[in-house]
Amino acid sequence: MSLYLSIAIIVLIFVVIFQIAKASEYVSILKGEEASRKQNNKINGFLMIVFLVLGFLGVYVCNEYLYGKTLLAQGAASVQGEKVDQMLWITLTITGIVFVVTQVLLFWFAYKYQENENRKAFFFAHSTKLELIWTAIPAITLTVLVIFGLRNWFFFTGEPPKGAMVVEVTGKQFGWIFRYPGHDNIFGKKYYKNIDPATNSVGIIWDDKYAQDDILTEQTMYVVKGQPVKLIIGSRDVVHDVGLSHFRLKMDAVPGIPTTMWFTPKYTTKEMREKTGNPNFAYEISCDQMCGNGHYSMKGIIEVVDQEEYDLWLAKQKPQYFTAFPEKDPTAAPVVTDSTATAKK
Amino acid sequence: MSHEATLHGHDSHGHDDHGHHEHHDTFLTKYVFSQDHKMIAKQFLITGMVWAVLGGLMSVLFRLQLGYPDASFPWLESILGKWAKGGQITPEAYYALVTTHGTVLVFFVLTAGLSGTFANFLIPLQVGARDMASPFMNMLSYWFFLAASVVMLSSMFVETGPFSGGWTAYPPLSALGDASPGSKTGMDLWIIAMALFVVSSLLGGLNYIATILNMRTKGMSMTRLPLTIWALFFTAVLGVLSFPVLLSGFILLIFDRNFGTSFYLSDIFVNGVGALSNEGGSAILYQHLFWFLGHPEVYIILLPAMGMVSEIMSINSRKPIFGYMAMLGSLFAIAVLAFLVWAHHMFVTGLNPFLGSIFVLLTLLIAVPSAIKVFNWLTTLWRGNIRFTPAMLFAIGFVSLFISGGLTGIWLGNAALDIHLHDTYFVIAHFHIVMGVASMFGMFAGVYHWFPKMYGRYLNNSLGYIHFWVTMAGAYLIFWPMHYEGLAGMPRRYFDFSIWESFKQFAELNRFISTVSMIVFAVQILFLINFFYSIFKGRKVTTQNPWEANTLEWTTPINPGHGNWPGEIPEVHRWAYDYGKDGKDFIPQDVPVGADESSSH
Repeated sequence: MSLYLSIAIIVLIFVVIFQIAKASEYVSILKGEEASRKQNNKINGFLMIVFLVLGFLGVYVCNEYLYGKTLLAQGAASVQGEKVDQMLWITLTITGIVFVVTQVLLFWFAYKYQENENRKAFFFAHSTKLELIWTAIPAITLTVLVIFGLRNWFFFTGEPPKGAMVVEVTGKQFGWIFRYPGHDNIFGKKYYKNIDPATNSVGIIWDDKYAQDDILTEQTMYVVKGQPVKLIIGSRDVVHDVGLSHFRLKMDAVPGIPTTMWFTPKYTTKEMREKTGNPNFAYEISCDQMCGNGHYSMKGIIEVVDQEEYDLWLAKQKPQYFTAFPEKDPTAAPVVTDSTATAKK
Repeated sequence: MSHEATLHGHDSHGHDDHGHHEHHDTFLTKYVFSQDHKMIAKQFLITGMVWAVLGGLMSVLFRLQLGYPDASFPWLESILGKWAKGGQITPEAYYALVTTHGTVLVFFVLTAGLSGTFANFLIPLQVGARDMASPFMNMLSYWFFLAASVVMLSSMFVETGPFSGGWTAYPPLSALGDASPGSKTGMDLWIIAMALFVVSSLLGGLNYIATILNMRTKGMSMTRLPLTIWALFFTAVLGVLSFPVLLSGFILLIFDRNFGTSFYLSDIFVNGVGALSNEGGSAILYQHLFWFLGHPEVYIILLPAMGMVSEIMSINSRKPIFGYMAMLGSLFAIAVLAFLVWAHHMFVTGLNPFLGSIFVLLTLLIAVPSAIKVFNWLTTLWRGNIRFTPAMLFAIGFVSLFISGGLTGIWLGNAALDIHLHDTYFVIAHFHIVMGVASMFGMFAGVYHWFPKMYGRYLNNSLGYIHFWVTMAGAYLIFWPMHYEGLAGMPRRYFDFSIWESFKQFAELNRFISTVSMIVFAVQILFLINFFYSIFKGRKVTTQNPWEANTLEWTTPINPGHGNWPGEIPEVHRWAYDYGKDGKDFIPQDVPVGADESSSH
């Protein structure tokens, strides 16, 4: 009912606007083309300046409301992120100046040079000097941005410092699997045809000698504050993307082609909760590449903790091998004796 | 074909405006299987408008979900059925809407609707030809487009739903029906529709190039061509060189989907199905093939708008376009660079960082010709005598949007920033402003400006002004705040943000954006009413040259027949931009150079 009513209202508004527009057309025919053009020029010229002023006011208001919600206001949580933020500021300053100057000129010229019978348009077809100036200035400015950008780019995509922690991240529809290499610090080999969703979610080859101490976790990854961490990223079905907005990085997870990314977290999750004043703060991993109908819910968490807490957490983790083959688990001795007992019966 | 058309033109010499032909046009030959470039242009325009309404409506529907994620609208269930059970759009339906919105707007509206309309309409009229080089091929181009449209539309009605993996259709998602229901029949139809579309745009593009190169009237040297024609020329070249690559990418995808090949597939385990046998393929290969078209496609969309804006701006400033050769050179530079920057869409795919750095350099290089164009448009306005027709307003709006959206391109083209902003709302804001809305503005400018030539009547001015100001303000209100969402890391293509601690704070803003988008959509309906009403009832054009412009289309009769000029095709003696020269307001291209005329331009 309310739907029909609102449709009726919209139609009514359309009819009214349309009739007014029609009427104004008849009026302008009566007044003559010249006169009505003059009037339209005046109105629209004035609106150009109004738009310019209200536009900048709008930009200011928008910034007041929304700046606090951006990550720039929050500050970066990684060394890489700080460099990204710094570059954001530089780029914002440069493009901001260009934005203001060009928009002001555009709307100001439009207003100032609206048709006036006392003035003749200035026949000005070209000027090599001017054109050279505005080829050279953007070119130089952009060179600066490129140099800044590439220095950071090579830093981000370069090798992490020695001694970095390594974690393997695997995307799947719709969640994240993390693998830690265990005591030997080397990942066991894997092959996708070995995948068993229940016990071997990334397809580890158990015969590999490096495989048996590998630790698998889902949804939450633990890393240490201040220690560089390198992610080896893959996917077991479609293309996903490890989006780490707080660390200002992201990298696609592509099936069959591993990618890498590294960063150094600067604050623990707890510290960030204090810093942002949000008790629910979490370093969320968002999937940033369309991966199917559950894309929007593909969330992971990174817990940044200090070394001590990390060691405690790690000590509690059981190699996946023992989940896959519970009978080989030395710590689960009673289970083993039980099963042999039943077997003997 | 062209001979026939030329002969017709000569035969009708001396007859009245409508250019009598020996054979009588039936309804079918005049309006349906027409080979007149002007009618084909109108067919493209109206089909494009139908798609624009559908595509726009889709965006309103998914904005409804984003703005009001908790509300339920029973009427949605009556329209969408199982796709909106209980009055709430399902994630499947949301992704199908997003995907189709993108595909339709990029290809069917801003490629076919824009190039198809204005290349067809303006090329013969502005170069001084009776029709396209091959009117028959031109007709085929439209009919392939219509076939593509029908297939795309039919994909909305299949049981498993239309394709829902994003307009870029990255495999493996688009290759595996088991990974997403939309990748079943819906995707087959999507690929077929796109293949037909590629055929359409190739037939059109080759025709445009041939016509521009071979069928210019006497005296119309390449450097006397209006900038519209240059822009449409580069657009056609871009399309002809890049669409086949897209088609090849799609063909490999068809093989992977249906014939068990592994071009794009490797090491895949699908939930509920198990490990697939495909090994050795590369999902990234598709992205290279796709973006090799995908980036030139951005300029296929943008260049015609730039060309028309240059033309309209010069006419309504009563001044020559500033730096014709620089405008032409920058069009050329953009066209060349368009082929060398595709991998900036792939900075975070694990691309070799060195390769990435080359693409950063080339991408930011595009800002130079773009800046030249902006400064030249500004200088064209400077000390002009500006008439604010609705077309001129949209041209000015185009420049404003092109600046705003172009500048954020400098952010995203820099890999070290893209690594943070990639696939966030910042990207949505960037490309909607610079490519979507700006090109749409170019298209509106073109429609308002050439409507009198198309239909012999004017569009209603007042409605045009309302249309412009609301759309202009609305475009900024919708997309400007999205930059902030992007700077908060908010990802694209999310059905719902409520489970995200980092992104749920924007609920109120999303509601605001959704509301504005509905108002802006309603105002576009006002434009449609204006358009269709004015075709039949608009104020009649009474002078041959209502905008007092220089180009050749205004030397034709008010309602030109097939063949365009009843008599001889006019000879061209000068460039298209002699406005305000030697104290004369304008000197059309077919006026011989006077003895006392200053030579410079």
